[in-house]
Amino acid sequence: MSEENKNYVLSIKGVNKTFGGLRALSDINLNIEQGKVHAIIGPNGAGKSTLLNTCIGLLTPDNGEINFAGKDLTKGMTPHEINQAGISRVFQTPQIFPELSILQNVMIPAFARRDGAFSFNPFKALRDEKQIEAEAMALLEDLNMAEGAHHHAGSLARGNKRRLELAMCLIQHPKLLLLDEPTAGMARHDTNRTIELLKKIKESGMTKVIIEHDMHVVFSLADRISVLAQGAIIAEGSPDEIKGHPKVREAYLGSAEI
Amino acid sequence: MQKIIASTRTRDTATLVLFTLFVLSAPFWGKLIGAGYPDLLQKFAIFGLFAIGYNILFGLTGYLSFGHAAFLGVGSYATVWSFKLLSMNAIPAVIFAVLLSALFAVVIGFLSLRRTGIYFSILTLAFAQMSYNMAYSVLTPITNGETGLRVLRDDPRVLDNALGIQIEGSPLADLFGLTLTGYPGFYFCAVMLILGFWISLKIFRSPFGMKLMAIKTNQMRMEYTGFNPRPYLLSAFVISGMYAGLAGSLMAIVDPLAGAERMQWTASGEVVLMTILGGVGTLFGPILGAATIKYFENIFSAINDQVLHNTFSFLPDWLNSFMVTITGPFVGEGWHLTLGVLFMIIIIFVPGGLIEGFRRIGSWSKKVDAQAAAEGAEGGAK
Repeated sequence: MSEENKNYVLSIKGVNKTFGGLRALSDINLNIEQGKVHAIIGPNGAGKSTLLNTCIGLLTPDNGEINFAGKDLTKGMTPHEINQAGISRVFQTPQIFPELSILQNVMIPAFARRDGAFSFNPFKALRDEKQIEAEAMALLEDLNMAEGAHHHAGSLARGNKRRLELAMCLIQHPKLLLLDEPTAGMARHDTNRTIELLKKIKESGMTKVIIEHDMHVVFSLADRISVLAQGAIIAEGSPDEIKGHPKVREAYLGSAEI
Repeated sequence: MQKIIASTRTRDTATLVLFTLFVLSAPFWGKLIGAGYPDLLQKFAIFGLFAIGYNILFGLTGYLSFGHAAFLGVGSYATVWSFKLLSMNAIPAVIFAVLLSALFAVVIGFLSLRRTGIYFSILTLAFAQMSYNMAYSVLTPITNGETGLRVLRDDPRVLDNALGIQIEGSPLADLFGLTLTGYPGFYFCAVMLILGFWISLKIFRSPFGMKLMAIKTNQMRMEYTGFNPRPYLLSAFVISGMYAGLAGSLMAIVDPLAGAERMQWTASGEVVLMTILGGVGTLFGPILGAATIKYFENIFSAINDQVLHNTFSFLPDWLNSFMVTITGPFVGEGWHLTLGVLFMIIIIFVPGGLIEGFRRIGSWSKKVDAQAAAEGAEGGAK
C-alpha cells in the first residue's frame, strides 16, 4: 500500500495511557484518512472511549503524539482550542443544553464557529442573527426536527437528544467528527434513521471516526475499520478484510461466549 | 420564523415602556400600599438595581457569589471620595464608583473564577470579608474606619471650587443645582434603575446572554463546542459587580455617607435572598424580590411591643400579653425571623420564586375562566 501518499486528517503515533496499574492504551498507531469514515470497534473495556477522549483533550496520554491539522493535541490544548481547530464530538450520553430551546442548541455551536472562543456582544439582539437562525433551521429540517424547534431540548426523547447533538456538531462543519456510539440505546427504527443520516453526511465528504458496538451500523457505514482489544489495535482494514480476520473473530467470539 | 426566538422587538419595547411608567409613577401607587415616601422608594430602586445586576451573574450563569456586598461598599466609598475631592455633582461620582467597582470585580472575579460551585462561592465570600475587615483596619485612612466616611464642608472639591460653587449648610449630592434628596433623589435612582433594567433586558435577549445560560445548563458541552467559558463568566461577574457599585454609589448619593457595614456578608446574603425570592434568572424577579423584602422590612421592623399591645387590645389582658410575647420576636429588630419564614414558605411551595407564583395563579385563573366560558356556552345551548 502506498501509505505515505495519503492525506491524513488525524494521525496518532505511539500513544500509551495507563490508569493506575491498568494499561488502557498501549502503543496505538492510527491514521485517519481525509473524507473517510473510520470505525473503531472492539469488546467492552477495549479502550475505545479512552482513545477518543485523548483526541479531544479530555485525557492526556502518557506519551505519544496526536497530530491534527499541524498541531499536536497532546501538548496541553484545551477542549475549546481543539474544537476551534476543527474537531467536534458526539458523546456517549448526549451532551446538550436541556434548558434552552432546540433551535438555540443548534445556534450556539454555529456562533462558536463564526465568532471563535469568545465574543462580547451584549447589545446585539439574538433575533437579528437571521443568517445563523436560518442555517440552524435548515439543518433541523434535514433532521426532521424543525417542528417544535422552540421547545425545550430537555423534553426530547433520548434518541432525539442524540440527533440534536449530532446537529450541534454538524453545523460547525468540522474537519473531523468523532461519534461515540451514536446509536447506543436506540430502537432499531431510530438506528436505521441515524444510519441514513450518517450516510447522507458521508456523501458530503466530512471525515468521521465512529466508535460502535452495533456491527450492523459499522458495516453499513465504515470505509475502514480498526479493531481494538485490551488497549491495542489487533487488526485494521476494509470491512471485508475485517469480517474474515481470524484475530477479530477470536476477540469477538471470546467475548460472545460469556 | 419570527416566533421561534421567543421575544419580538415590539414586545421588548412594550416591556421597557411599561416598566418605565411603572417606576416613574411609584410615588403615586406607592401611596396606595403605604410606601409612598421617598426613603423607601429610593431603597426599592437601589436594591432593585443591585438584584438585577446580581441576577446577570447568578441567574444566567448559575455561579453563586457570596461577596457582592464588597462592590456595594467600593461604590459607596468611591462616591463619597468623589464628593470630597471633585464635586458634589452625582454624575462624576457615579462614573467613578462604577469604574472602580469594575476594577475590583476584575481582580476578585479573575481569582474566584478559577474554581466552580461551592468553592467559587467560598472564595467570593472570603474576598468580601477581607474587604470588610480591611475597611475597618488597615484601610482606615481611606475608609475612616468605624466612624464611616462622610463629606465635610472644608473638603477640597476641586471641580466645584474651580466653577465657584459654594456649599451652604451641610453638603448634599446634587445634579447641576438640583439637590438629590427626597423625591429628586428617588427620581435619580429611578432613572438609573430603568437604565439598568434596559441593559439587563438587552443582555437577556443577546447571543451573549444565551451563551451565559448555556454555561449554566451544561458548561462541559460549552467547552467541547469551542467556547472558552472563563472570559464569559468574568464578563458576567464584572457586569454584575458594576451594578453593585452603582447601587452602592446611589446609597451614598441619597445619603452622603459610607460605612464598612455595607460590605458585611449579611448584605451579600440579602441580595441572594432577593433574587431567589423573586425568581432566579427571570427579568422581573430580582426587582420584585428586592421590593418585597424592603417593603416588609419597612413594615415589620417599625412594629414594637406598644404597637402589638394596641393591635391585640380587643383581647382579654392575659391573652393580650401572651400574643405580644408570641409575636414580639417576629417584629422590630427580629423582623429577619419573619423574612426567614417567608423565604422558607416560598422555597418549599414555589421554588421558582414570586414570578413563578404569579405565573401559576395566571394559568389557574385562565383555566377557571375557560371552564366558566365552557359552562356558560353549555347553558346557552340549552
